[in-house]
Amino acid sequence: MKYMMMMNTMKVGQGVPAWPKKDLQAHIAFMRKFAKELAESGELVAAEGLAFPDQAKLVRAGKDGLPITDGVFPESKEFLAGYWIVDVDSPERAYALAARVSAAPGIGGEPLNMPIEVRQVMSAPPPEML
Amino acid sequence: MSAEAGTHSIEHQLRELAPQVLGAVLRRFHDFAAAEDAVQEALIAAVMKWPQEGIPENPRGWLIQVASRRMLDDLRSNIARRRREESAAQEAETLAPAPEMDFLEPYTMDPDDTLILLFMCCHSALTTSSAIALTLRAVGGLTTAEIARAFLVPEATMAQRISRAKQSIKASGVPFRLPTEKEQSERLPAVLHVLYLIFNEGYTSSSGSRVHRVELSSEAIRLTRNVYGLLPENTEVAGLLALMLLTDARREARTNAEGELIPLTKQDRGLWNREEIREGIALLTRALAKGAVGMYQLQAAIAAVHDEAVQAEDTDWPQILALYELLKRMSDNPMVTLNHAVAVAMVHGAAQGLELLKTLDADTRIAGHYRLDAVRAHFLEMLGDKDGAITHYRRAAERTTSTPEQNYLIAQAARLDEVN
Amino acid sequence: MKYILLMTGTKAGVESYHAWSRKDVEAHMAALLRLSKELTASGEFVATQGLSEPSEAKLVRGEKDGIPVTDGVFPEAKEFLLGYWIVDVESPERAYQIAAKISAAPDAGGVPTNMPIEVRRFATPRT
Repeated sequence: MKYMMMMNTMKVGQGVPAWPKKDLQAHIAFMRKFAKELAESGELVAAEGLAFPDQAKLVRAGKDGLPITDGVFPESKEFLAGYWIVDVDSPERAYALAARVSAAPGIGGEPLNMPIEVRQVMSAPPPEML
Repeated sequence: MSAEAGTHSIEHQLRELAPQVLGAVLRRFHDFAAAEDAVQEALIAAVMKWPQEGIPENPRGWLIQVASRRMLDDLRSNIARRRREESAAQEAETLAPAPEMDFLEPYTMDPDDTLILLFMCCHSALTTSSAIALTLRAVGGLTTAEIARAFLVPEATMAQRISRAKQSIKASGVPFRLPTEKEQSERLPAVLHVLYLIFNEGYTSSSGSRVHRVELSSEAIRLTRNVYGLLPENTEVAGLLALMLLTDARREARTNAEGELIPLTKQDRGLWNREEIREGIALLTRALAKGAVGMYQLQAAIAAVHDEAVQAEDTDWPQILALYELLKRMSDNPMVTLNHAVAVAMVHGAAQGLELLKTLDADTRIAGHYRLDAVRAHFLEMLGDKDGAITHYRRAAERTTSTPEQNYLIAQAARLDEVN
Repeated sequence: MKYILLMTGTKAGVESYHAWSRKDVEAHMAALLRLSKELTASGEFVATQGLSEPSEAKLVRGEKDGIPVTDGVFPEAKEFLLGYWIVDVESPERAYQIAAKISAAPDAGGVPTNMPIEVRRFATPRT
């Protein structure tokens, strides 16, 4: 069963983390190790990072179908920073993986405890069958 | 030779033969899209059969025969279909190829077929991504799956891109012949641009994912070498090949085991490929001796100055600065201006470099670009403005879409912050 | 350049979608399927995915001991991700154009929903 695990940008200042260098390295190493283990266990379907949200656009269709791109995001908006799609045997396994990535190390090596949203992915038929 | 190495050398041979086979089939049947598909099928058949049956004595003839048979089969079923619809005799005459063709005879290939194909695939009717995909297929001999994997899109998507590219070629009516000298000089820049983009795509890809991906930068070098072989007097082709070699030479030193980006000034030069540097410099010297100086040659010359320095401290920055001044006169590309500012800073100090950045702030083509912030941060650091440098490293990190770059820039800010 | 186009909705929005007639749901889905087909034909399609009900969503945190703490309670106004498209396009403008098409998928009354689609560029592992 496929699950999507979503990680939002860290709220503080909405900028890139201003951590000490070795803490940054530890965080990056953790994420790489996580993805590598998922690839080795055969559970990894996708792991993607999104560009920083300063270029994010909210787009609606205008009257004539042309895009209107001046949409404003609500103040409290949480932006997606990245996601993983995993193919696992049970929801419990998905939650366990999410918990692991939630505990990724931050400042001083302390677990960040980020909230990771976990949603099951619909098994859509492949495009050729549509 | 191990089975794996054997298959690998078969694949390499097939890629070399692909454009020659396509040229031969096109000369006989004139339908680019169908010929390209038929050649693909012949290549796939070879990959399946040759490892078991052995490579045929005339591999090119074998491929031409298989592809041509496929074309004939298609034509016959088209003829049969049309026979059911209208008068057949005229159709049979115009569509069936001459019976005296014997593909098993040694075929004296017209050496310009690769060039003809390259000019067709890089035609201005195509978008750059279509041209890249079609070039890799028709001239590079890569399979659709290999190209899809290289660009991280589904195979069906890449197949469509290639199919549409072929339709654009058909619609543009470009004939299968070598362009005139005048046409060549007009259209060669597009060809070189596509080859350069393929090289860049391969060069900037993370090393981790290279395991199952075709080496695009090696493919680009191979194709450019072929063009150079066919146009040995063309100094811009030589310049591009030199630039690719001199850049590729540094590939192993660019990233460390953890995938972190290592800037040029900090790379382990012992990891640089001396053979590629030698070849690049030789090509460049020959090209420069001919007099005319173009964009690729200048960029290659700059790369050569870097590659010749035994240590970063030995880099001949005044020479690099002179080359960038020449480059600036030829191009108003803001990236050139940015790189020129870096050279100015290295020769005349960061304060002068910073001054030059001000002109770029007003240039909408580069104003919000992460590199502008990254270079500014570097200059501010050189001038001792730690807080300014930190701010701009972080802003650059927010603006880049490259994960390794982002990590590098955040780390630079962190490095300075620590000392605070 | 690769972009992800995010379609979001609130719990309330999804509930009202459940109240649509079958015909309206089919028209809506058909418009989106048509778009996916167009994108495959144009060579821009990378992926599309729909997500399951927001009511099934879980928010998971983990302590150092690795035991997941799951919570299914979200703020009422929370925007949930309903689905996404990933496209490989020549320019940001093309990404916005595709997003506008998604936004134009028909509503219960057959009018364009005009829902806002978030357009985000992918980060690349390329340098």
